[in-house]
Amino acid sequence: MAFQEIKLYQTGTFVAGNRLLDPDQRSVQARTGRSNTLTSGHRACRGCGEALGARYVLDAAMRATDGRLVAVNSTGCLEVFSTPYPESSWQLPWLHSLFGNGPAVAAGVAAALKARGLDDVRVVGQAGDGGTVDIGFGCLSGMFERNDDVLFVCYDNEGYMNTGVQRSGATPPAASTANTKALGDQPGNVFGQGKSVPLIAMAHEIPYVATATVAELRDLEAKVEKAMTFRGARYLHVFVPCPLGWGADSADTIRLARLAKESGIFPVFEAEAGEVTAVSRIRRQVPVEDYLRPQRRYAHLFGDHPRPDLVARIQDRADRNIARFGLLPEGDE
Amino acid sequence: MFSVRIHGRGGQGAVTAAELLSVAAFAEGRHAQAFPTFGSERTGAPVVAFCRIDERPIRLHEPITHPDALIVQDPTLVHQVDLFAGIGSGGYLVVNTSSTLDALGLGDLALRLDPRRVVTVAATEIAREHVGRPVPNVPLLGAFAALTGQVSLAAVCDAVRERFPAELGEGNVRAAEVAHEQVLEQLRTYADA
Amino acid sequence: MRSQVEGSQAVARAVTLCRPQVIAAYPISPQTHIVESLSDRVRTGELAGCEYLMVESEFGALSACIGASGAGARAYTATSSQGLLFMAEALFNASGLGLPIVMTLANRAIGAPINIWNDHSDSMAMRDSGWIQLFAESNQEAVDLHVQAFRLAESLSVPVMVCMDGFVLTHAFEEVDLPTQEQVDAFLPPLVPQQLLDPDDPVTIGAMVGPEAFTEVKYLMHVKQMAALDELPVIAAEFRAAFGRSSGGLVKPYRTDDAETVVVALGSVLGTIEDVVDTMRDEGHCVGALGITCFRPWPAAEVREALAHATRVVVVERAFAVGAGGIVGQNVRDATRGLPLEAYDVVAGLGGRPVTRASLRRLLDDVLAERLDPTALHFLDLDHALVQRELERSRHGHRPGPHAENMLRALGTVASGAYE
Repeated sequence: MAFQEIKLYQTGTFVAGNRLLDPDQRSVQARTGRSNTLTSGHRACRGCGEALGARYVLDAAMRATDGRLVAVNSTGCLEVFSTPYPESSWQLPWLHSLFGNGPAVAAGVAAALKARGLDDVRVVGQAGDGGTVDIGFGCLSGMFERNDDVLFVCYDNEGYMNTGVQRSGATPPAASTANTKALGDQPGNVFGQGKSVPLIAMAHEIPYVATATVAELRDLEAKVEKAMTFRGARYLHVFVPCPLGWGADSADTIRLARLAKESGIFPVFEAEAGEVTAVSRIRRQVPVEDYLRPQRRYAHLFGDHPRPDLVARIQDRADRNIARFGLLPEGDE
Repeated sequence: MFSVRIHGRGGQGAVTAAELLSVAAFAEGRHAQAFPTFGSERTGAPVVAFCRIDERPIRLHEPITHPDALIVQDPTLVHQVDLFAGIGSGGYLVVNTSSTLDALGLGDLALRLDPRRVVTVAATEIAREHVGRPVPNVPLLGAFAALTGQVSLAAVCDAVRERFPAELGEGNVRAAEVAHEQVLEQLRTYADA
Repeated sequence: MRSQVEGSQAVARAVTLCRPQVIAAYPISPQTHIVESLSDRVRTGELAGCEYLMVESEFGALSACIGASGAGARAYTATSSQGLLFMAEALFNASGLGLPIVMTLANRAIGAPINIWNDHSDSMAMRDSGWIQLFAESNQEAVDLHVQAFRLAESLSVPVMVCMDGFVLTHAFEEVDLPTQEQVDAFLPPLVPQQLLDPDDPVTIGAMVGPEAFTEVKYLMHVKQMAALDELPVIAAEFRAAFGRSSGGLVKPYRTDDAETVVVALGSVLGTIEDVVDTMRDEGHCVGALGITCFRPWPAAEVREALAHATRVVVVERAFAVGAGGIVGQNVRDATRGLPLEAYDVVAGLGGRPVTRASLRRLLDDVLAERLDPTALHFLDLDHALVQRELERSRHGHRPGPHAENMLRALGTVASGAYE
């Protein structure tokens, strides 16, 4: 497709890439020639992490494939806010089928492209955490196991936001959602549940698995670019704060994503063929409390009846990630 | 129309036998239809397979309840299955045994039929000798061809060769020929009697 | 070329000749022989240029077909029974998106109680999913319908389901005239997708549609499917010209011209019914049969025309709407509204129970002698005593237990499939 010149606004040094750099060193987002796959005018909420994440990922994938890209989208916020008929924000070929079948549909697209001899056209499947870790999980695991030539991206905002903020298999403990309220002695979402699909993806021994956040644009873009150098099943799990569902300020999306990584609660790493190959170390470690406090979904931990016991358990989870993945800054180990 | 019902146990090749019979009849310019009673595939379980042979195209799709011929691959089925259900007095019967029908407790039942249309053949032993496996289905088809004349031995052998690769096919063909000859011999005895 | 082959092998060969580019398959009886055979054909290269996906479920199978079709490939899958229900959501999606996917449905009952044998509960459950549903009477017709199905699907950009009776047809060795590759190539041109995921011309497929246009989008779907009522006879006529035999079309009247009593049915039971009709004709009864080849869209005008001179219609169907009655029967009544005829709904052949000439003859004798109540739903060969016994038994005790197991115990049998 034709690239169009777009305006860029300075949004902070880590965020939109540095336009003062030599053009070759700029992030994809900082280039005027970015494909802007998810263009402006869509209906996402203010500060939507998923909208940012999707544009970052797909623009980077478009650059990596020279614009030869097809996207498959599972049902969810991203699909709904981007395509209110007859409008569409997608500037690449885009197919939405169902909530639970995105990975299988993407596998079908990849098979069709192969059968048609269009080896240069690549496929990205994308879904929220519900469509990835819960309802789409069977199809996802099948796609991994068959090693279909698909990059599947999960934009993880830790709950069913499109239906009014309910718990998913990616909702963290203590988070209050519409069906895990902190009523009475309840902690919010209970401890001891949930799953890590990045680790499950690694167990399939697919060529490439990575996690990332919308706070670290260059890291995210580099991982997309790297993912596109592999053939076969690849999985990218992007942490995308949801101001609405988390009860956070829409201006805090990037900050919360950064705090999640800097506290260790969301480990950022890469793996190839089932083995961790790199981790993004914490730059300045912060206690999880710094990450939790700005979010209304954790307000019950800090209100009139504070629950330091629960905060401590969340800190334990972060500490476990730090130990498990070796996330401490250089020299702090 | 000529209807055949084959009784066997899972692993004895009853379904394959019905299919081969239909292929043989088809090759000789007739119309045929073969189908099994369909169950989950389990070795040793009772299996029934059917074959219709006709001069006209067959459009009927119902099980055969009044067969013109019965092939019994395992006579011990008599304790579980109503082997002779629906067969008329003019029916044909081929039983796989090295024993006699009386010894098997089938003597009274067989009396309902014309004795010249009843033969026994030790198909399992023949198969073991010529195929190396105790699968009696193909020699029983050779016996059936000799008894009823509905298909030729040559057509049965062609169908067997088409279905099974080299040595397995040739072994089965030899088994069919041996059984065919044994039945012809029995029929000559009946004629002499 | 005429050959004596298993129905599944014949269908697999026919599908191969149609050159699908993506096949997504998941095993379920009695469909499995078809996709096994297709796997062989892809591996040996007999079916070249085809990607064969062994997916994790039927839901995944149809979903992969949706993606493949959207990306411009001729896509095919096959299933049965529970598998079709597991696809349900994707069935509606494929038709809503207007993707020309072709599926073989080897008809099988739906549990509980679990049952692997033939009836039409699966296709009937999905009759309103927006797929065209064609029913094969024989393996020859199953072969021919697949060739026509791809043509139809791609000319209208709608998905088509070819229904063939599980086991009765799929596992039967029958004589089939298999077309040549040249014949099929001449009849079925390469797919020209009406919508395509193309990086050179990006489109959005599967957008959200609100109240402002949803009705219109659905209306168009209806119009497009109804267009198949015009398209199918044309395709059938071209097929006859190209292949030299009649197959497909909308309905199949058999000796209905002067028939006072007409039996309406779908699928492999038609041949058995035609044999009964011939016997009764020989005895001087004015009976005929009407086969429904195309059940969706419903060929109301053709059904009405075929039944215009009948006084009695006996709908023999291998499924029913629990708590309501016949399904095909309802449609027949709708098509014959205002005509002076009596329609009988007869449920037959559920879960693999054979529909025999003897049973059909008893049924028709009852109808002709006016011993059958046209206002009631009838079940052919129903074991009334067994039902009564279980009803009586379950009246006693506070936990009567599971009906199915109790009734099998009362019969003293096991689910072996050897019912005759």
